[in-house]
Amino acid sequence: MNDVIKYSFLFIILLLIQVVVLNNILFSGYINPLLYILFIIVFPLMRDRGLILVLSFLLGLFVDFFLDSGGINAAATLAIAYLRLPLLKGLLRKSDIDFLVFNITKLPFTKLLSYIAILTFTHHLIVFSLEYFKLSEILTILSRTILTGIFTFILIIFSLLLMNKSK
Amino acid sequence: MQQIISFIIKYKYFILFMLLEVIALNFTVQSHSFHKSKFVNSANVLTGGIYNKIHSFKQYTSLKGHNQLLLEENVRLKNKLSKTLINSIHDTVTVIDSLKYFQKYSYTFANVINNQYHKKHNYLTVNIGSKKGVKPDQGVINSKGIIGITNTTSNNYATVLSILNENSKINVKLLNSLHFGTLIWNGKDYNILQLVDLPIQADIKEGDTIITGGRSTIFPKGIPVGIILDFNKKNNSYKSINIKLFNDMSAIGPVNIITNFDKKEINNLEETVY
Repeated sequence: MNDVIKYSFLFIILLLIQVVVLNNILFSGYINPLLYILFIIVFPLMRDRGLILVLSFLLGLFVDFFLDSGGINAAATLAIAYLRLPLLKGLLRKSDIDFLVFNITKLPFTKLLSYIAILTFTHHLIVFSLEYFKLSEILTILSRTILTGIFTFILIIFSLLLMNKSK
Repeated sequence: MQQIISFIIKYKYFILFMLLEVIALNFTVQSHSFHKSKFVNSANVLTGGIYNKIHSFKQYTSLKGHNQLLLEENVRLKNKLSKTLINSIHDTVTVIDSLKYFQKYSYTFANVINNQYHKKHNYLTVNIGSKKGVKPDQGVINSKGIIGITNTTSNNYATVLSILNENSKINVKLLNSLHFGTLIWNGKDYNILQLVDLPIQADIKEGDTIITGGRSTIFPKGIPVGIILDFNKKNNSYKSINIKLFNDMSAIGPVNIITNFDKKEINNLEETVY
């Protein structure tokens, strides 16, 4: 029960931070970090993956509502929510994970970093590919993915540190 | 049958994933291809309400600038008014003629509560909606020039398709000749737009003023747009004419929404022809 309140709180807070603060940053003209994917990164692993898929879809769709961007964020967030488990299995070289004990903050540091980085950059690549939707814009897509991705990555690391400290 | 059920159970997460992904991509394609009847837009109670709250905080920081703009507009309108007074002072006979007072356009005041300019498909949200008579496809301007065209409406909010949107096409003309062109945006710089379809007969120079053409039923003729920044000619036709806007699209506060009373009549007439 405690977890339900905690993660619904996190869902709303991340959405509000994204919409009220981060969408207005426009660093050097167009870089807006997409911190809300932190929700997908910290959400506990469960045997039943249906919940995280539905929640990630809704989170992305809410962001899309605010940005008038169709279903771009929903599609990208859903994709990383689906990729999360196979990615963790691949990183840890395990065929099965003990879902009850598993906690991403207990991961080895380098594996945690690569887990976050891969999810962040996959998400951003999908977002910007769908936004530009043209093969001729491939360089713009890549540069925006990398620049925005670095920002989001740093913010996610800081937020994780803050969240662990407050415990 | 047994096999089908076991297949579904085995791949249920993948099926759920594909289903939601198709829905999301469907919304995306809808927003890219056609800008009408969209389900995902920021003109609803939740998003509009939150943007309104943010706007009421931000408003105070820009009051000075907006006051300045209003003063400038007042001066311009007063100058216009004094000119018409001189013209009509010779009319010594008072004629009450209802045809003389025929009104074609009306303007409604609105505040922009959300403004995008850094994406490829930019939208704005304004704080009035269908309760105040806003409908899709109305022009939105401010004292310095055009902003966009209303897109979707809810009771109290409306979204505006910004001129900084790849789907936006606006009929414009040169101030000093009758040649028409179309104003589009290539998605790069939010202060620079592109003029296309201008015939080679039009003699243009850098610094020429561009105004709205009044060919569509959305914008009246003569609203300022911007000036020609640079252009190049190739194969006896104009390639890439860059227009610098009068407006700063990154800082937009109060706007006017234009209602055209003749719109229905014109559209009905044109439907019978085409």
